Amino acid sequence: MNYEAVIGLEVHAQLQTNTKIFCSCETAFGEEANTRTCPVCIGMPGVLPVLNRKAVEYIIKTGLATDCTINRSSRFARKNYFYPDLPKGYQISQYELPVCEHGKVEIVVDGQVRTIGITRIHLEEDAGKNLHQSGGNSSLVDLNRAGTPLMEIVSEPDLRTPEEATEYLKKLRSILRYIEVSDADMEKGNFRCDINISLRPAGSTTFGTRAEVKNVNSFKFVQKALEYEIKRQAQILDEGGKVVQETRLFDSSKNVTFSMRSKEEAHDYRYFPEPDLVPIVTSQETIDGIKATIPELPDAKRSRFVRTYGLPEYDAYMLTQTKALAAYYEEAAGLSGQPKVVSNWMMGELMRLMNAENREIEESPIRPDKLAGMIKMIGEGTISTKIAKTVFEEMYKSGKDAATIVKEQGLTQVSDTGAIEKIIAEVIAANPAQHADYKAGKEKLFGFFVGQVMKASKGKANPDLVNDLLKKKLNE
Amino acid sequence: MKISQQEVEHVAKLARLELSDQEKAKLTDQLSNILTYVEKLNELDTKGVEPTAHVLDMKNVMRDDAVEPSLSQERALANAPEKAAGHYKVPKIIE
Repeated sequence: MNYEAVIGLEVHAQLQTNTKIFCSCETAFGEEANTRTCPVCIGMPGVLPVLNRKAVEYIIKTGLATDCTINRSSRFARKNYFYPDLPKGYQISQYELPVCEHGKVEIVVDGQVRTIGITRIHLEEDAGKNLHQSGGNSSLVDLNRAGTPLMEIVSEPDLRTPEEATEYLKKLRSILRYIEVSDADMEKGNFRCDINISLRPAGSTTFGTRAEVKNVNSFKFVQKALEYEIKRQAQILDEGGKVVQETRLFDSSKNVTFSMRSKEEAHDYRYFPEPDLVPIVTSQETIDGIKATIPELPDAKRSRFVRTYGLPEYDAYMLTQTKALAAYYEEAAGLSGQPKVVSNWMMGELMRLMNAENREIEESPIRPDKLAGMIKMIGEGTISTKIAKTVFEEMYKSGKDAATIVKEQGLTQVSDTGAIEKIIAEVIAANPAQHADYKAGKEKLFGFFVGQVMKASKGKANPDLVNDLLKKKLNE
Repeated sequence: MKISQQEVEHVAKLARLELSDQEKAKLTDQLSNILTYVEKLNELDTKGVEPTAHVLDMKNVMRDDAVEPSLSQERALANAPEKAAGHYKVPKIIE
Protein backbone atom coordinates (compact mmCIF):
# COMPACT_ATOMS: atom_id res chain seq x y z
CA MET A 1 0.00 0.00 0.00
CA ASN A 2 1.03 3.60 -0.47
CA TYR A 3 1.59 5.41 2.82
CA GLU A 4 2.13 8.98 3.85
CA ALA A 5 4.40 9.67 6.80
CA VAL A 6 3.26 12.11 9.48
CA ILE A 7 6.25 13.50 11.36
CA GLY A 8 6.53 15.85 14.31
CA LEU A 9 9.79 16.87 15.95
CA GLU A 10 10.69 17.92 19.47
CA VAL A 11 13.95 19.82 19.58
CA HIS A 12 15.86 20.51 22.77
CA ALA A 13 18.15 23.48 22.27
CA GLN A 14 20.56 24.61 24.95
CA LEU A 15 20.41 28.34 25.63
CA GLN A 16 23.76 30.08 25.54
CA THR A 17 23.54 31.70 28.95
CA ASN A 18 26.54 32.05 31.27
CA THR A 19 24.76 30.37 34.17
CA LYS A 20 22.26 27.61 34.77
CA ILE A 21 18.53 28.22 34.63
CA PHE A 22 17.80 28.22 38.37
CA CYS A 23 21.18 28.85 40.02
CA SER A 24 24.39 30.80 39.42
CA CYS A 25 26.61 27.84 38.49
CA GLU A 26 28.50 28.23 35.26
CA THR A 27 27.16 26.33 32.24
CA ALA A 28 30.27 24.58 31.00
CA PHE A 29 31.05 21.82 28.58
CA GLY A 30 33.88 19.35 29.15
CA GLU A 31 34.84 20.53 32.64
CA GLU A 32 35.97 18.10 35.32
CA ALA A 33 33.02 16.10 36.67
CA ASN A 34 30.92 17.65 39.47
CA THR A 35 32.80 20.95 39.65
CA ARG A 36 29.93 23.14 38.40
CA THR A 37 27.24 22.34 40.94
CA CYS A 38 25.65 23.89 44.02
CA PRO A 39 22.97 22.91 46.53
CA VAL A 40 20.23 24.09 44.11
CA CYS A 41 21.22 22.04 41.07
CA ILE A 42 22.07 18.93 43.05
CA GLY A 43 18.72 19.10 44.82
CA MET A 44 19.69 19.57 48.45
CA PRO A 45 16.70 19.86 50.81
CA GLY A 46 15.34 23.32 51.46
CA VAL A 47 16.92 25.17 48.55
CA LEU A 48 14.95 27.40 46.21
CA PRO A 49 15.39 27.90 42.46
CA VAL A 50 15.63 31.47 41.11
CA LEU A 51 14.95 31.97 37.43
CA ASN A 52 17.66 33.27 35.08
CA ARG A 53 16.36 36.46 33.42
CA LYS A 54 18.47 35.85 30.31
CA ALA A 55 16.83 32.46 29.71
CA VAL A 56 13.41 34.11 29.65
CA GLU A 57 14.65 36.81 27.29
CA TYR A 58 16.12 34.18 24.94
CA ILE A 59 13.00 32.06 24.75
CA ILE A 60 10.82 35.11 24.07
CA LYS A 61 13.28 36.11 21.34
CA THR A 62 12.98 32.63 19.84
CA GLY A 63 9.21 32.79 20.00
CA LEU A 64 9.16 36.14 18.22
CA ALA A 65 11.57 34.87 15.54
CA THR A 66 9.26 31.91 14.85
CA ASP A 67 6.02 33.85 14.78
CA CYS A 68 4.76 32.54 18.12
CA THR A 69 2.27 34.11 20.48
CA ILE A 70 4.07 35.06 23.69
CA ASN A 71 1.83 34.11 26.60
CA ARG A 72 1.37 37.07 28.91
CA SER A 73 1.43 34.71 31.85
CA SER A 74 3.48 31.54 31.94
CA ARG A 75 4.37 29.10 34.69
CA PHE A 76 6.56 26.14 35.54
CA ALA A 77 5.54 22.58 36.35
CA ARG A 78 7.17 19.55 37.89
CA LYS A 79 7.62 16.49 35.74
CA ASN A 80 8.05 13.59 38.12
CA TYR A 81 10.20 10.55 37.40
CA PHE A 82 13.18 8.78 38.93
CA TYR A 83 16.50 8.56 37.21
CA PRO A 84 20.01 8.86 38.69
CA ASP A 85 20.85 11.92 36.56
CA LEU A 86 17.85 13.78 37.99
CA PRO A 87 18.79 14.74 41.56
CA LYS A 88 15.43 16.13 42.69
CA GLY A 89 13.29 13.25 41.42
CA TYR A 90 11.52 15.75 39.17
CA GLN A 91 12.46 18.00 36.31
CA ILE A 92 11.33 21.60 36.40
CA SER A 93 9.64 22.08 33.06
CA GLN A 94 6.47 23.69 31.72
CA TYR A 95 3.14 22.03 31.02
CA GLU A 96 0.19 24.38 30.88
CA LEU A 97 1.00 27.94 29.83
CA PRO A 98 4.39 27.56 28.12
CA VAL A 99 6.19 30.82 27.28
CA CYS A 100 5.49 30.56 23.52
CA GLU A 101 2.73 28.94 21.43
CA HIS A 102 1.27 28.78 17.91
CA GLY A 103 4.31 29.68 15.81
CA LYS A 104 5.60 28.65 12.41
CA VAL A 105 8.64 28.48 10.18
CA GLU A 106 8.89 28.17 6.44
CA ILE A 107 10.99 25.59 4.66
CA VAL A 108 11.75 25.05 0.98
CA VAL A 109 11.95 21.48 -0.30
CA ASP A 110 12.21 20.71 -4.03
CA GLY A 111 11.38 24.32 -4.80
CA GLN A 112 8.15 24.14 -2.81
CA VAL A 113 7.58 26.43 0.16
CA ARG A 114 5.96 24.68 3.13
CA THR A 115 4.83 26.16 6.41
CA ILE A 116 5.58 24.04 9.46
CA GLY A 117 3.61 24.87 12.59
CA ILE A 118 5.24 25.18 15.99
CA THR A 119 2.93 23.99 18.74
CA ARG A 120 4.85 25.41 21.66
CA ILE A 121 8.25 26.41 22.99
CA HIS A 122 8.87 25.98 26.68
CA LEU A 123 11.70 26.32 29.19
CA GLU A 124 13.09 23.46 31.21
CA GLU A 125 16.23 22.30 32.97
CA ASP A 126 18.60 19.67 31.59
CA ALA A 127 19.53 16.55 33.56
CA GLY A 128 23.04 15.39 34.50
CA LYS A 129 25.05 12.82 32.63
CA ASN A 130 25.30 9.10 33.34
CA LEU A 131 28.43 7.16 32.55
CA HIS A 132 27.98 3.48 32.11
CA GLN A 133 31.01 1.42 32.95
CA SER A 134 31.23 -1.60 30.78
CA GLY A 135 31.34 -4.80 32.76
CA GLY A 136 31.01 -3.25 36.22
CA ASN A 137 27.82 -3.26 38.26
CA SER A 138 27.62 0.46 38.83
CA SER A 139 27.08 3.67 36.87
CA LEU A 140 28.68 7.07 37.47
CA VAL A 141 26.85 10.39 37.58
CA ASP A 142 28.19 13.84 36.68
CA LEU A 143 25.81 16.67 37.57
CA ASN A 144 27.65 19.54 35.81
CA ARG A 145 24.94 19.61 33.15
CA ALA A 146 22.04 19.38 35.62
CA GLY A 147 20.11 22.64 35.52
CA THR A 148 21.45 23.84 32.16
CA PRO A 149 18.71 25.90 30.47
CA LEU A 150 16.94 24.18 27.59
CA MET A 151 14.22 25.26 25.24
CA GLU A 152 11.95 22.52 23.98
CA ILE A 153 10.57 23.41 20.56
CA VAL A 154 7.64 21.19 19.61
CA SER A 155 6.48 21.15 15.99
CA GLU A 156 3.03 20.31 14.71
CA PRO A 157 2.83 16.97 12.86
CA ASP A 158 3.20 18.92 9.61
CA LEU A 159 6.29 17.20 8.19
CA ARG A 160 5.82 14.50 5.56
CA THR A 161 9.25 13.30 4.46
CA PRO A 162 12.72 12.78 5.96
CA GLU A 163 13.94 15.61 3.69
CA GLU A 164 11.37 18.02 5.10
CA ALA A 165 12.32 17.01 8.64
CA THR A 166 16.00 17.69 7.95
CA GLU A 167 15.21 21.00 6.25
CA TYR A 168 13.05 22.07 9.20
CA LEU A 169 15.86 21.30 11.64
CA LYS A 170 18.36 23.23 9.54
CA LYS A 171 16.03 26.22 9.39
CA LEU A 172 15.48 26.12 13.12
CA ARG A 173 19.22 25.90 13.78
CA SER A 174 19.86 28.77 11.42
CA ILE A 175 17.28 30.96 13.19
CA LEU A 176 18.64 30.14 16.67
CA ARG A 177 22.13 31.07 15.52
CA TYR A 178 20.98 34.27 13.81
CA ILE A 179 19.31 35.50 16.98
CA GLU A 180 22.24 34.24 19.08
CA VAL A 181 20.29 32.35 21.71
CA SER A 182 21.90 28.94 21.15
CA ASP A 183 24.93 27.70 19.28
CA ALA A 184 22.70 24.72 18.35
CA ASP A 185 25.77 22.51 18.06
CA MET A 186 24.56 18.94 17.58
CA GLU A 187 27.99 17.45 18.22
CA LYS A 188 28.11 18.98 21.69
CA GLY A 189 24.55 17.83 22.34
CA ASN A 190 23.28 21.41 22.39
CA PHE A 191 20.61 20.64 19.78
CA ARG A 192 18.93 17.27 20.27
CA CYS A 193 15.93 15.88 18.56
CA ASP A 194 13.10 13.49 19.43
CA ILE A 195 11.09 12.20 16.46
CA ASN A 196 7.41 11.29 16.41
CA ILE A 197 6.38 9.35 13.33
CA SER A 198 3.32 7.48 12.15
CA LEU A 199 2.07 6.30 8.77
CA ARG A 200 -1.36 6.54 7.22
CA PRO A 201 -2.74 5.46 3.84
CA ALA A 202 -2.00 8.17 1.28
CA GLY A 203 -4.95 10.55 1.12
CA SER A 204 -6.20 9.71 4.61
CA THR A 205 -6.70 12.54 7.10
CA THR A 206 -6.68 10.55 10.34
CA PHE A 207 -3.49 9.73 12.23
CA GLY A 208 -1.96 6.28 12.60
CA THR A 209 -0.28 5.00 15.77
CA ARG A 210 3.06 6.72 16.26
CA ALA A 211 6.42 5.64 17.51
CA GLU A 212 8.83 8.02 19.22
CA VAL A 213 12.54 7.89 18.46
CA LYS A 214 14.47 9.59 21.26
CA ASN A 215 17.65 11.61 21.26
CA VAL A 216 18.78 11.59 17.66
CA ASN A 217 21.83 13.81 17.47
CA SER A 218 22.72 14.59 13.86
CA PHE A 219 20.87 15.67 10.73
CA LYS A 220 22.05 12.54 8.98
CA PHE A 221 20.78 10.31 11.79
CA VAL A 222 17.38 12.03 11.74
CA GLN A 223 17.15 11.26 8.03
CA LYS A 224 18.29 7.64 8.51
CA ALA A 225 16.07 7.01 11.54
CA LEU A 226 13.04 8.31 9.63
CA GLU A 227 13.84 6.26 6.54
CA TYR A 228 14.11 3.16 8.69
CA GLU A 229 10.90 3.86 10.62
CA ILE A 230 8.92 4.46 7.43
CA LYS A 231 10.09 1.12 6.09
CA ARG A 232 9.49 -0.69 9.37
CA GLN A 233 6.00 0.67 9.96
CA ALA A 234 4.96 0.13 6.32
CA GLN A 235 5.97 -3.49 6.58
CA ILE A 236 3.97 -4.00 9.79
CA LEU A 237 0.90 -2.37 8.25
CA ASP A 238 1.25 -4.30 4.97
CA GLU A 239 1.30 -7.53 6.92
CA GLY A 240 -1.91 -6.52 8.66
CA GLY A 241 -0.19 -5.82 11.96
CA LYS A 242 -0.43 -2.87 14.34
CA VAL A 243 2.29 -0.36 15.13
CA VAL A 244 2.98 -0.30 18.87
CA GLN A 245 3.05 3.12 20.49
CA GLU A 246 6.46 3.07 22.15
CA THR A 247 9.76 4.82 22.63
CA ARG A 248 12.59 3.68 20.41
CA LEU A 249 16.28 4.50 20.08
CA PHE A 250 18.40 4.88 16.96
CA ASP A 251 21.49 2.73 16.48
CA SER A 252 23.74 4.76 14.21
CA SER A 253 26.13 1.90 13.51
CA LYS A 254 23.37 -0.22 11.99
CA ASN A 255 20.99 2.55 10.84
CA VAL A 256 18.08 0.92 12.64
CA THR A 257 15.76 1.90 15.49
CA PHE A 258 15.01 -0.47 18.35
CA SER A 259 12.48 -0.56 21.17
CA MET A 260 13.55 0.95 24.49
CA ARG A 261 11.39 -1.19 26.73
CA SER A 262 12.90 -0.17 30.07
CA LYS A 263 11.26 3.26 30.29
CA GLU A 264 7.80 2.38 29.00
CA GLU A 265 5.85 2.47 32.24
CA ALA A 266 7.56 5.66 33.37
CA HIS A 267 5.39 7.74 31.05
CA ASP A 268 3.11 8.79 33.88
CA TYR A 269 4.81 12.04 34.84
CA ARG A 270 2.13 13.45 37.18
CA TYR A 271 2.81 17.08 36.21
CA PHE A 272 1.76 19.68 38.73
CA PRO A 273 2.43 23.42 39.10
CA GLU A 274 5.91 24.13 40.51
CA PRO A 275 5.31 25.75 43.91
CA ASP A 276 8.90 27.03 44.22
CA LEU A 277 8.65 29.42 41.27
CA VAL A 278 6.26 32.30 40.70
CA PRO A 279 4.69 33.04 37.28
CA ILE A 280 6.48 34.82 34.45
CA VAL A 281 4.33 37.78 33.45
CA THR A 282 5.45 39.42 30.22
CA SER A 283 4.40 42.98 29.33
CA GLN A 284 4.01 44.30 25.81
CA GLU A 285 6.85 46.69 26.63
CA THR A 286 9.19 43.76 27.36
CA ILE A 287 8.11 42.00 24.17
CA ASP A 288 8.70 45.15 22.10
CA GLY A 289 12.11 45.63 23.69
CA ILE A 290 13.17 42.10 22.77
CA LYS A 291 11.66 42.38 19.30
CA ALA A 292 13.95 45.33 18.66
CA THR A 293 17.01 43.13 19.20
CA ILE A 294 16.06 40.59 16.51
CA PRO A 295 18.25 40.97 13.44
CA GLU A 296 17.15 40.37 9.86
CA LEU A 297 16.30 36.65 9.75
CA PRO A 298 17.42 34.12 7.10
CA ASP A 299 14.20 34.22 5.02
CA ALA A 300 14.09 38.01 4.87
CA LYS A 301 17.79 38.17 4.07
CA ARG A 302 17.40 35.61 1.31
CA SER A 303 14.69 37.55 -0.48
CA ARG A 304 16.65 40.75 -0.06
CA PHE A 305 19.73 39.13 -1.62
CA VAL A 306 17.62 38.09 -4.62
CA ARG A 307 16.16 41.59 -4.88
CA THR A 308 19.23 43.69 -4.19
CA TYR A 309 22.01 41.64 -5.74
CA GLY A 310 20.05 39.88 -8.47
CA LEU A 311 21.18 36.48 -7.17
CA PRO A 312 19.43 33.23 -8.10
CA GLU A 313 17.30 31.79 -5.23
CA TYR A 314 19.78 28.99 -4.69
CA ASP A 315 22.77 31.32 -4.27
CA ALA A 316 20.77 33.54 -1.93
CA TYR A 317 19.69 30.52 0.12
CA MET A 318 23.23 29.19 0.45
CA LEU A 319 24.77 32.57 1.29
CA THR A 320 22.27 33.27 4.07
CA GLN A 321 22.81 29.99 5.92
CA THR A 322 24.70 31.81 8.64
CA LYS A 323 24.85 35.45 9.60
CA ALA A 324 28.64 35.46 9.25
CA LEU A 325 28.52 34.06 5.72
CA ALA A 326 25.91 36.62 4.68
CA ALA A 327 27.95 39.46 6.21
CA TYR A 328 31.08 38.25 4.39
CA TYR A 329 29.15 38.19 1.13
CA GLU A 330 27.66 41.64 1.57
CA GLU A 331 31.04 43.17 2.32
CA ALA A 332 32.74 41.57 -0.70
CA ALA A 333 29.80 42.30 -3.00
CA GLY A 334 29.76 45.94 -1.93
CA LEU A 335 33.51 46.44 -2.30
CA SER A 336 33.80 44.73 -5.67
CA GLY A 337 30.57 45.97 -7.17
CA GLN A 338 30.12 42.55 -8.78
CA PRO A 339 27.65 40.62 -6.62
CA LYS A 340 27.15 37.61 -8.87
CA VAL A 341 30.89 37.11 -9.41
CA VAL A 342 31.44 37.25 -5.63
CA SER A 343 28.72 34.63 -5.15
CA ASN A 344 30.35 32.35 -7.74
CA TRP A 345 33.74 32.56 -6.06
CA MET A 346 32.31 32.04 -2.58
CA MET A 347 30.12 29.10 -3.51
CA GLY A 348 32.79 27.58 -5.73
CA GLU A 349 36.43 27.95 -4.77
CA LEU A 350 36.03 29.36 -1.26
CA MET A 351 33.51 26.76 -0.04
CA ARG A 352 35.55 24.00 -1.64
CA LEU A 353 38.72 24.98 0.19
CA MET A 354 36.91 25.73 3.47
CA ASN A 355 34.87 22.51 3.45
CA ALA A 356 37.97 20.45 2.77
CA GLU A 357 39.38 21.73 6.06
CA ASN A 358 36.04 21.91 7.85
CA ARG A 359 36.51 25.61 8.53
CA GLU A 360 33.87 28.24 9.20
CA ILE A 361 33.72 31.46 7.20
CA GLU A 362 35.01 33.44 10.19
CA GLU A 363 38.27 31.51 9.87
CA SER A 364 38.76 32.15 6.16
CA PRO A 365 42.30 33.38 5.47
CA ILE A 366 40.85 35.34 2.55
CA ARG A 367 38.93 38.27 4.01
CA PRO A 368 36.09 39.89 2.04
CA ASP A 369 38.22 42.91 1.06
CA LYS A 370 40.86 40.62 -0.43
CA LEU A 371 38.31 38.63 -2.41
CA ALA A 372 36.81 41.89 -3.67
CA GLY A 373 40.29 43.11 -4.63
CA MET A 374 40.94 40.02 -6.70
CA ILE A 375 37.57 40.23 -8.43
CA LYS A 376 38.28 43.84 -9.30
CA MET A 377 41.55 42.78 -10.91
CA ILE A 378 39.65 40.31 -13.08
CA GLY A 379 37.12 42.99 -14.02
CA GLU A 380 39.90 45.40 -14.97
CA GLY A 381 41.59 42.76 -17.10
CA THR A 382 44.75 42.65 -14.97
CA ILE A 383 44.38 38.90 -14.50
CA SER A 384 42.34 36.31 -16.34
CA THR A 385 39.74 34.16 -14.56
CA LYS A 386 42.02 31.21 -15.09
CA ILE A 387 45.01 32.89 -13.46
CA ALA A 388 42.67 34.11 -10.72
CA LYS A 389 42.19 30.52 -9.61
CA THR A 390 45.92 30.21 -9.01
CA VAL A 391 45.97 33.59 -7.28
CA PHE A 392 43.00 32.57 -5.15
CA GLU A 393 44.67 29.41 -3.91
CA GLU A 394 47.81 31.38 -3.10
CA MET A 395 45.73 33.96 -1.23
CA TYR A 396 44.12 31.15 0.74
CA LYS A 397 47.48 29.65 1.61
CA SER A 398 49.41 32.82 2.41
CA GLY A 399 46.71 35.34 3.34
CA LYS A 400 48.42 37.87 1.00
CA ASP A 401 46.31 40.09 -1.23
CA ALA A 402 45.88 39.43 -4.93
CA ALA A 403 47.92 42.43 -6.13
CA THR A 404 50.97 41.32 -4.13
CA ILE A 405 50.74 37.75 -5.41
CA VAL A 406 50.30 38.87 -9.03
CA LYS A 407 53.30 41.15 -8.70
CA GLU A 408 55.52 38.64 -6.93
CA GLN A 409 54.78 35.85 -9.36
CA GLY A 410 54.54 37.95 -12.51
CA LEU A 411 51.00 36.80 -13.24
CA THR A 412 49.74 40.00 -14.82
CA GLN A 413 47.58 39.27 -17.81
CA VAL A 414 49.20 40.02 -21.17
CA SER A 415 46.88 42.29 -23.14
CA ASP A 416 49.62 43.62 -25.37
CA THR A 417 48.52 42.83 -28.94
CA GLY A 418 52.05 42.71 -30.27
CA ALA A 419 53.25 40.22 -27.67
CA ILE A 420 50.27 37.94 -28.24
CA GLU A 421 50.63 38.12 -32.01
CA LYS A 422 54.24 37.06 -31.64
CA ILE A 423 53.26 33.98 -29.63
CA ILE A 424 50.51 33.15 -32.15
CA ALA A 425 52.97 33.34 -35.02
CA GLU A 426 55.32 30.96 -33.19
CA VAL A 427 52.53 28.50 -32.41
CA ILE A 428 51.29 28.47 -36.01
CA ALA A 429 54.83 28.00 -37.30
CA ALA A 430 55.37 25.08 -34.95
CA ASN A 431 52.16 23.31 -36.00
CA PRO A 432 51.97 23.52 -39.82
CA ALA A 433 49.99 20.28 -40.22
CA GLN A 434 47.22 21.37 -37.84
CA HIS A 435 47.17 24.77 -39.50
CA ALA A 436 46.66 23.17 -42.90
CA ASP A 437 43.87 20.95 -41.54
CA TYR A 438 42.21 23.94 -39.93
CA LYS A 439 42.26 25.86 -43.18
CA ALA A 440 40.85 22.80 -44.92
CA GLY A 441 37.79 23.08 -42.71
CA LYS A 442 38.61 21.28 -39.48
CA GLU A 443 37.41 24.16 -37.33
CA LYS A 444 37.47 22.10 -34.18
CA LEU A 445 41.24 22.63 -34.20
CA PHE A 446 40.67 26.21 -33.13
CA GLY A 447 40.48 25.02 -29.53
CA PHE A 448 43.82 23.29 -29.95
CA PHE A 449 45.47 26.54 -31.06
CA VAL A 450 43.93 28.50 -28.18
CA GLY A 451 45.31 25.91 -25.80
CA GLN A 452 48.78 26.09 -27.32
CA VAL A 453 48.87 29.88 -27.18
CA MET A 454 47.67 29.95 -23.56
CA LYS A 455 50.26 27.34 -22.66
CA ALA A 456 53.03 29.27 -24.39
CA SER A 457 52.00 32.40 -22.48
CA LYS A 458 51.91 30.42 -19.21
CA GLY A 459 48.20 31.20 -18.96
CA LYS A 460 48.79 34.93 -18.85
CA ALA A 461 47.51 35.91 -22.28
CA ASN A 462 44.18 37.72 -22.26
CA PRO A 463 41.83 34.96 -23.52
CA ASP A 464 39.48 37.34 -25.37
CA LEU A 465 42.37 38.90 -27.24
CA VAL A 466 43.81 35.47 -28.02
CA ASN A 467 40.49 34.43 -29.52
CA ASP A 468 40.20 37.50 -31.72
CA LEU A 469 43.80 37.55 -32.93
CA LEU A 470 44.02 33.81 -33.45
CA LYS A 471 40.92 33.79 -35.64
CA LYS A 472 42.46 36.46 -37.83
CA LYS A 473 45.89 34.89 -38.04
CA LEU A 474 44.70 31.36 -38.73
CA ASN A 475 42.65 32.53 -41.66
CA GLU A 476 45.38 34.66 -43.23
CA MET B 1 -14.54 9.80 45.38
CA LYS B 2 -13.51 6.17 45.44
CA ILE B 3 -10.00 5.16 44.51
CA SER B 4 -9.24 1.56 43.57
CA GLN B 5 -6.50 -0.56 45.08
CA GLN B 6 -5.01 -0.91 41.57
CA GLU B 7 -4.60 2.87 41.42
CA VAL B 8 -2.91 2.88 44.80
CA GLU B 9 -0.56 0.17 43.59
CA HIS B 10 0.21 2.16 40.42
CA VAL B 11 0.97 5.37 42.33
CA ALA B 12 3.06 3.41 44.85
CA LYS B 13 5.06 1.89 42.02
CA LEU B 14 5.68 5.31 40.43
CA ALA B 15 6.86 6.56 43.83
CA ARG B 16 9.00 3.44 44.30
CA LEU B 17 7.13 2.51 47.47
CA GLU B 18 6.76 -1.09 48.53
CA LEU B 19 3.49 -1.63 50.37
CA SER B 20 2.16 -4.65 52.24
CA ASP B 21 -1.38 -5.83 51.46
CA GLN B 22 -2.50 -4.37 54.77
CA GLU B 23 -0.98 -0.96 53.94
CA LYS B 24 -2.55 -1.00 50.49
CA ALA B 25 -6.01 -1.55 51.96
CA LYS B 26 -5.48 1.15 54.58
CA LEU B 27 -4.13 3.69 52.09
CA THR B 28 -6.90 2.98 49.60
CA ASP B 29 -9.35 3.84 52.31
CA GLN B 30 -7.49 6.96 53.48
CA LEU B 31 -6.86 8.32 49.99
CA SER B 32 -10.53 7.82 49.12
CA ASN B 33 -11.51 9.82 52.17
CA ILE B 34 -9.09 12.62 51.32
CA LEU B 35 -10.34 12.82 47.74
CA THR B 36 -13.95 12.85 48.89
CA TYR B 37 -13.13 15.71 51.23
CA VAL B 38 -11.37 17.74 48.53
CA GLU B 39 -14.19 16.97 46.11
CA LYS B 40 -16.31 19.42 48.09
CA LEU B 41 -14.49 22.18 46.18
CA ASN B 42 -16.29 21.09 43.03
CA GLU B 43 -19.47 22.57 44.49
CA LEU B 44 -18.03 26.06 44.06
CA ASP B 45 -18.87 28.04 40.96
CA THR B 46 -15.44 29.13 39.62
CA LYS B 47 -16.69 30.68 36.41
CA GLY B 48 -14.78 33.89 35.78
CA VAL B 49 -12.16 33.14 38.43
CA GLU B 50 -8.55 33.25 37.19
CA PRO B 51 -6.75 29.95 37.80
CA THR B 52 -4.23 30.38 40.62
CA ALA B 53 -0.71 30.01 39.28
CA HIS B 54 0.81 30.52 42.68
CA VAL B 55 -0.48 31.17 46.18
CA LEU B 56 1.89 34.09 46.65
CA ASP B 57 0.90 37.23 44.81
CA MET B 58 4.30 37.62 43.21
CA LYS B 59 5.61 37.47 39.65
CA ASN B 60 8.86 37.69 37.71
CA VAL B 61 11.27 36.88 40.49
CA MET B 62 14.47 36.57 38.50
CA ARG B 63 18.23 36.92 38.81
CA ASP B 64 20.93 38.25 36.52
CA ASP B 65 22.95 35.84 34.42
CA ALA B 66 26.13 36.24 36.47
CA VAL B 67 28.36 33.32 37.46
CA GLU B 68 29.01 32.66 41.11
CA PRO B 69 31.39 30.06 42.54
CA SER B 70 30.18 26.47 42.59
CA LEU B 71 30.88 23.85 45.22
CA SER B 72 34.20 22.06 45.03
CA GLN B 73 33.99 18.50 43.78
CA GLU B 74 34.91 17.28 47.23
CA ARG B 75 32.08 19.20 48.91
CA ALA B 76 29.57 18.31 46.21
CA LEU B 77 30.27 14.63 46.76
CA ALA B 78 30.61 14.83 50.56
CA ASN B 79 27.18 13.36 51.29
CA ALA B 80 27.25 10.72 48.57
CA PRO B 81 26.96 7.18 49.96
CA GLU B 82 29.32 6.03 47.24
CA LYS B 83 31.64 7.84 44.84
CA ALA B 84 34.29 7.01 42.26
CA ALA B 85 36.61 9.11 40.11
CA GLY B 86 34.91 12.39 41.01
CA HIS B 87 31.44 10.99 40.27
CA TYR B 88 28.42 9.85 42.24
CA LYS B 89 28.40 6.08 42.10
CA VAL B 90 24.97 4.51 41.67
CA PRO B 91 23.66 1.01 40.99
CA LYS B 92 24.07 0.11 37.33
CA ILE B 93 21.44 1.68 35.11
CA ILE B 94 20.00 -0.95 32.81
CA GLU B 95 19.28 0.43 29.36
